[in-house]
Amino acid sequence: MSVIRPYGDTTGDGRVQVSFTLPVPFGTETERAVAEGAALQLAGKMGLDPAMVVHAKGMGPSFTFFIVYGRIGHIVDLSAVRVTEREFPELAAAEVNMRIRSALGRELVVVGATIGTDAHTVGIDAILNVKGHAGEKGLEHYREIRVVNMGSQVGVPELVARAAAEHADAVLVSQVVTQRDAHITNTREMAAGFTAAFGPSRPLLIVGGPRFDPGMAADLGVDRIFGRGTTPREVASYLAHALAPATDLEES
Amino acid sequence: MTGRLDLDPALVRRARQLARTAAEPVVKMARTHTTVSVERAVLRLGGLDGADEGGMPWVNHLVDGVRSGVGLEHGVALPAWDAMIAGGYRDLRTLAMDAAAKRVQFRIPAGHEAITARSAAARAAGKGIQAIDAQRAERDRMLASIGDPPRPWIYLIVATGDIHEDIPQAQAAAREGADVIAVIRSTGQSLLDYVPEGATREGFAGTYATRENFRLMRAALDDVSKELGRYVRLTNYASGLCMPEIATLAGLERLDMMLNDCMYGIIFRDINPVRTFIDQRFSRQVHARAGIIINTGEDNYLTTADAVDAAHTVVVSQLLNEYFAHEAGLPDELLGLGHAFEINPAVPDSFLLELSHALLIRELFPDAPLKYMPPTKHMTGNVFAGYLLDAFFNLCGMMTGQAIILVGMMTEGIHTPFLSDRDLALENVRYVRSAAGRLGESFVPAHDGFVARRARQVLGESIGLLDRICSRGLLNAIADGTFGVTRRPPSGGRGLDGVAERADGYFNPVSEILEGGSGE
Repeated sequence: MSVIRPYGDTTGDGRVQVSFTLPVPFGTETERAVAEGAALQLAGKMGLDPAMVVHAKGMGPSFTFFIVYGRIGHIVDLSAVRVTEREFPELAAAEVNMRIRSALGRELVVVGATIGTDAHTVGIDAILNVKGHAGEKGLEHYREIRVVNMGSQVGVPELVARAAAEHADAVLVSQVVTQRDAHITNTREMAAGFTAAFGPSRPLLIVGGPRFDPGMAADLGVDRIFGRGTTPREVASYLAHALAPATDLEES
Repeated sequence: MTGRLDLDPALVRRARQLARTAAEPVVKMARTHTTVSVERAVLRLGGLDGADEGGMPWVNHLVDGVRSGVGLEHGVALPAWDAMIAGGYRDLRTLAMDAAAKRVQFRIPAGHEAITARSAAARAAGKGIQAIDAQRAERDRMLASIGDPPRPWIYLIVATGDIHEDIPQAQAAAREGADVIAVIRSTGQSLLDYVPEGATREGFAGTYATRENFRLMRAALDDVSKELGRYVRLTNYASGLCMPEIATLAGLERLDMMLNDCMYGIIFRDINPVRTFIDQRFSRQVHARAGIIINTGEDNYLTTADAVDAAHTVVVSQLLNEYFAHEAGLPDELLGLGHAFEINPAVPDSFLLELSHALLIRELFPDAPLKYMPPTKHMTGNVFAGYLLDAFFNLCGMMTGQAIILVGMMTEGIHTPFLSDRDLALENVRYVRSAAGRLGESFVPAHDGFVARRARQVLGESIGLLDRICSRGLLNAIADGTFGVTRRPPSGGRGLDGVAERADGYFNPVSEILEGGSGE
């Protein structure tokens, strides 16, 4: 069955819940009636029919918050859903180390930073620090990976220079701040900086952050984008996949 | 005050003594050095304001001019006021303009000329301190006439980047119940070695801290305070490369609280440790004069380190912050020590652990207005579960008598809060406060129960860590990654080039007033 509807408590009932705020007052009786009517109109346009305002509350003199339940008319066609499948298998730390050792015969060097005005090191630290994230140790813990964590607000020229000095195999950049698409602008600037300095032999460029679209890697000029919830092991596995490919024997 | 945990007073005394031993060498260093930002703060209090067309403040031009001419070892005041008087300048600004154009020959005056420069600088600095005193008196007057809200104070954040958007949001938040408004700074301001000027309408994930923005927001909150019949406090951030100057501007514009941690800039912004400790001492002396409550940043450690394993690093940092604050003249009632509810909710007994840690801190610092921060690290995007976690945070805060409660948002980590997120968050706080606000007085953990045992364990671990810090030295401990799992060597980080060792005859008219006034 490739066509489905949301499930409330019965197959096919299509029931969903949404909440939103409208810039309308919720004071007098008339205002309340208008506000609820406005919420129902919006719910209808969202495809909820019938819809029921189960909660409405005035917030200050000119806003109202609504919680609406309703039956949604839309259907989901599973056969039309497209996903980007992960192009590499997830490896255990020992396998990652072994692949690097046999393919490179030396440590794999990763330089990490947040760039631009972004001071949020939570993401990069979760991937790089020994402490790690979600119960997994960070890249610093991998015996065959050498990590240079430059911290926050690193300039692109500084990052390029350090990557060159350390003979980086890969550069890992985290971007959390997205105001006015700063994460997009910064990533493009970073990719351009590396291409200008290294040409085609530039290090592998990886960016991560909660608001990136993983499909945009090529468009932004980087090799791979990691989104929300990425674990250090995924990144390590990708590094092994991209930089330390297994021999045919191992792959089979 | 209480004694609900039966802490051994001898152990508590020992912890404080160790913190003092660890911090004293750093204070000695701060007493014998100065920084570009300390000197710029002196000029600001001496009346120099404004910036050139490119936005670079005149205080930067004048300090840079003095530094390249005669160095900063004697302080900026003597050479600056000497040049102003000798050159016939009508004020510091015209002098700074000429200094920027490299048309001023600075010198270290001697004899009669030194006395003249010194007394002119002292007069000007005295007027600046008087302005801070007047703002403090105005706050006291307003608290008495308008009313001081009961604790815990509800602390809410605005952060649009545009001061003219922040103002209506802050006023709306106050009307919805906020007692304290914090204007988050633009990301990266802490790394600017100057304070931007004027009203600003663009920022990254926050609004620039400028004197004009301070003034506009304070005026708007004064209006809403009168409307609501309770004084709404204003908070901003001092930590960073311009700590002394921002503290000064905050005093002049009657901010009420300031984020001011002794180590935050070092650990989380990679600012040089030496620079930070010198700057924080001066900035805290200014806060003490201005009656500004400082908020320390221990909550941050728990966002990088594990909140159970690192619980004792919070206590250690608080003891250090307390010592540095007392040394700078801040009394307990201005000591908003920070901590956070950041234990993974999947850990068994996580709420008991949180209660234990929060109560331990309450009992170690009975007279400090503790600032309690809501969960951020374990807010997963499941807003419904997040709302529950925030309710437990609120409950823990009420039960343990926290004084300043930052309101947790169920959409933490997803987006800057929607209007409705904030409204729901305040509803959560109001419910817990009205339902269980007095639970604390009836809550006494069993002497050998989990909560009390855990508190004693954390205190014991804190003493162990302080012992190790004392034997290695605080700067080495920071270099080794003791706090926040981040290594920061004393020779690294930003801003070290702005540090100068004081020469014999160093003169700082502001420090003379502040240190004289605090009875040292």
